[in-house]
Amino acid sequence: MTQLTSFTIAEAREKLAKKEFTALELTDAHLAAMERAKDLNAFITMTGDLARERARESDKRLAAGHGGALEGIPLGIKDLFCTEGVLTTAASHILDGFKPRYESTVSQKLRDAGSVMLGKLNLDEFAMGSANITSYYGPVKNPWKAKGRNVELVPGGSSGGSASSVAAHLVMGATGTDTGGSIRQPAAFCGIVGVKPTYGRCSRWGVVAFASSLDQAGPMTRTVRDAAIMLRAMSGYDPKDSTSAQLEVPDFEAALAKGVKGLRIGIPKEYRPAGLSPELAALWDKGVEWLKAAGATPVEISLPHTKSALPTYYIVAPAEASSNLARYDGVRFGLRVEGKSLDDMYAKTRAAGFGAEVRRRIMIGTYVLSAGYYDAYYLKAQKVRALINQDFTDAFEKVDAILTPTAPTPAFGIGEKSDDPIAMYLNDVFTVPASLAGIPGASVPAGLSADGLPLGLQVLTRRWDEETLFRVCQVLEDAAQFPLLPAV
Amino acid sequence: MSLDKATVRRIATLSRIEVADADLEVVAGQLSGILNWIEQLKEVDTTNVAPMTGGTDLKLQWRPDVVNDGDKMEQVLANAPDGHDGFFGVPKVVE
Repeated sequence: MTQLTSFTIAEAREKLAKKEFTALELTDAHLAAMERAKDLNAFITMTGDLARERARESDKRLAAGHGGALEGIPLGIKDLFCTEGVLTTAASHILDGFKPRYESTVSQKLRDAGSVMLGKLNLDEFAMGSANITSYYGPVKNPWKAKGRNVELVPGGSSGGSASSVAAHLVMGATGTDTGGSIRQPAAFCGIVGVKPTYGRCSRWGVVAFASSLDQAGPMTRTVRDAAIMLRAMSGYDPKDSTSAQLEVPDFEAALAKGVKGLRIGIPKEYRPAGLSPELAALWDKGVEWLKAAGATPVEISLPHTKSALPTYYIVAPAEASSNLARYDGVRFGLRVEGKSLDDMYAKTRAAGFGAEVRRRIMIGTYVLSAGYYDAYYLKAQKVRALINQDFTDAFEKVDAILTPTAPTPAFGIGEKSDDPIAMYLNDVFTVPASLAGIPGASVPAGLSADGLPLGLQVLTRRWDEETLFRVCQVLEDAAQFPLLPAV
Repeated sequence: MSLDKATVRRIATLSRIEVADADLEVVAGQLSGILNWIEQLKEVDTTNVAPMTGGTDLKLQWRPDVVNDGDKMEQVLANAPDGHDGFFGVPKVVE
């Protein structure tokens, strides 16, 4: 029998229905792969016993002929989603021992669809990072390596464990969250598909908050079809999240076959900065050619405030983080470090519990919100954010989708760029603008660099138009013929 | 924009994060670096631009202002480092 870890979600769905193997066999094969690949450090918590129990329940439902949309499919859950009775850490020391007594809406929906959670995936601490090196539980490794260089590479971040485990075939799909690129950039670094839906498509309830006006959950998978299947199961109105959209969830999978004939594809000139690697520029041109060959029309567009997006993000996101992370006080959950007084206990707990990058962002956020600086920084950033949003609104008058590179470089070595926060922030230069505007975006693996590392292309569409997003992604995937296994 | 040690101490206090005196200089340097970089936003003309305050264009959902959940003391206290007798334990606040 072909290896059970080699199938896509769509293939496994069919084979489970035809009883070619059981959900328990499928789960066991993935648990064994996780055990063999422990060195990647993709998981913070493995929930093997729970997974086998749920797989057995899936087999019962499959036998009775009423399996859900993801019945028996082994998934990984980013450790930012609260899972009932299962340790949830946000990769932070400050959440030591935290076992939520409730389940996040998105992970509950995935359970209701019949999927089997194999464990909680590593990430940057509180999802703050672009290389998965800020986790209290140690860095995650990318399963890919550059040709001829035995250097361990970062998987990108913050959903690094999700990207690494999907690419290494430890899970068939994983949840990610994207605040400024945390689904799309690691997807590009690990050669998988990552979709950040429209802000409001997936409920944020039970997801550890980073920046509430930006955070959005989404699927990370090996194929575009699998992402469409998974996103549908994750989406939908939730009264527990006031920003959750009360809109019908489309059948994204049904859109895949529609192609791109007649679509106008925007190519933003601001996404070609002087430092863009020639390889990426060439791949981007190739992407345009593929879409053209499939009947789309490329249109040059301008998104004039692109250059302001990153500094805007680094005001808005830390500001929101500084208030969201005020709840970690040593009183209600997680770590406590005793002090002489209540304030001293707060300060000591938070100094010991948060890592350097998280402390830095809380302090920046506190500063830009503080009296005398609020207008100059925070309010200013909210106004520039409105201009960035307007750029996209104007562009979507002329085009149906936008094509760009996902990240400015392929994956880099663990330890590189770690001394300079701003060099690290530049990883998200192409992904942050869409986050600020709240529009959907996806990364599709589109080619390999000269030294054999995955490169991704990003597709952006109008709010609530994930169907067009999936159509464009499918055409790119078909044309790129990207290998589904890392060439290690 | 270069932050001095006193400002960093004040931000640390507001943030309730202890920063050792010996580290103030380093933290001041890092925060100043980031603030200098975001200063570039000053060049953007935002005259008469209304701030974008959230991520969605939809009207936020409301619900009737009635109690629809509760009686979960055990669950709420389950993860507290010092939860007992129905309370969160904290260091003595009132002398």
